[in-house]
Amino acid sequence: MSKKPSKGGAPSLDMTPMVDLAFLLVTFFMLTASFRMAEPVTVDPPSSIGQVTLPDNHIMVTIDDIGRVFFGISNTTAKTEALREMGEKYGVKFTDQQIKKFSGLPSIGVDIKDLPRYIDASENERTNFKPQKGVPNDTLNNPQLKDWISFAGKNAVIAYNEAKEKAKEAGQDLKAEKPRYAIKCDGKTKYMLVSGVIKTFTDLKIFQFNLITSLEGAGTVLDTEKKK
Amino acid sequence: MAEISDSGGGGHKGGKKRAKKQSTRIDMTPMVDLAFLLLTFFVLTSTFSKPKSMELTFPAPPNPNDPKTEIKKGITFLLSKDDRIFYYEGQFRDKPEEGKPATELQELNFSQDGSKSLHKFLLDKNEWIRTEIKKLDDKLQNKQIADTTFKRMAKTIKADKDRAFTYLIKTDDKATYKNVVDLIDELNFNLVGKYVITDIIKPELDLVNAKVN
Repeated sequence: MSKKPSKGGAPSLDMTPMVDLAFLLVTFFMLTASFRMAEPVTVDPPSSIGQVTLPDNHIMVTIDDIGRVFFGISNTTAKTEALREMGEKYGVKFTDQQIKKFSGLPSIGVDIKDLPRYIDASENERTNFKPQKGVPNDTLNNPQLKDWISFAGKNAVIAYNEAKEKAKEAGQDLKAEKPRYAIKCDGKTKYMLVSGVIKTFTDLKIFQFNLITSLEGAGTVLDTEKKK
Repeated sequence: MAEISDSGGGGHKGGKKRAKKQSTRIDMTPMVDLAFLLLTFFVLTSTFSKPKSMELTFPAPPNPNDPKTEIKKGITFLLSKDDRIFYYEGQFRDKPEEGKPATELQELNFSQDGSKSLHKFLLDKNEWIRTEIKKLDDKLQNKQIADTTFKRMAKTIKADKDRAFTYLIKTDDKATYKNVVDLIDELNFNLVGKYVITDIIKPELDLVNAKVN
């Protein structure tokens, strides 16, 4: 049998289904995407069987492998308010523009005195920012971390209550949860350094944390036995 | 500017204007290119899963006026450098007391099996919790008890004073965060109800140092 000679002209392919699919996926990813901001430091948390997802509304303290402390708040209202109060307490002035810019930043790891400079820096300059020694956590002389946590916690609760009121007025249930405190820490960090941060939390009468871990996915002993 | 195409043969009088039979196909390649470019971008930049976490509650610092609580059944884990882990049971004794010998540290490791495996050690110690909760769980699956009852009863089992151990986790200044998380993870895996991270005391530290150095 001989092959039929193909007709002249370019072979054409109906691409419509493919385009449909591609755009469907694009739409899906666009709508579900939550963007990851470049954190000032990468940490590699240890794995665990913990299944609890981190609530969207959280205050996170990140500790890198050499013990630098970074601080971040997910709620933007609480973030700007906390910055204002921090500025007042430590006598650092922030312009409205700086405050606005700050609300878009991920966690910060600089002294409050360097913060205006840090905010004004470009993204590239920020990654190589010096001195980026972490938020000072000296409970006696320079309790900046403690103040950040307490101001942020206070304002996050206020923001949460306001959102709840609003939802109530509109006759809806509030989907957001109460703010939680999270600690994200590198597996190689010495535990003593983490314990210092936990001490700061417990001094503020905060006793519940979510420790961020990467997923191991086994569950408890019951789940394992069921799988067998 | 805009030219009116005369290719349709506009000269027909009275007759309907009929477009020349031409395929209406448009070249979709650029559109597909764009679509996939966007797709790739979103796939790569989106964070799909939210980070998982482990919930941990620390005890409130004790009131100095409160009577000192004595832990009847306690196992203390001492973590040190190079992923080494030691434990002892019961109260810490510097020297022999009441006919009981002074505390000696036993060593464990983080491996999944072997004679010194922490995993095995805890499985062994908590077997009864597992069997009891499994019984409850079976009841739950067969709808003999409600979900809330299950939670309450499971809590009671875990807090059983005569049988449940209280685990104390203490670290020296060289232990890593990973070790602590791994240990808590093992405890969670074994459905242990009571564990606490506290500060190491000097005699314990001395014992650990004697072992690791």
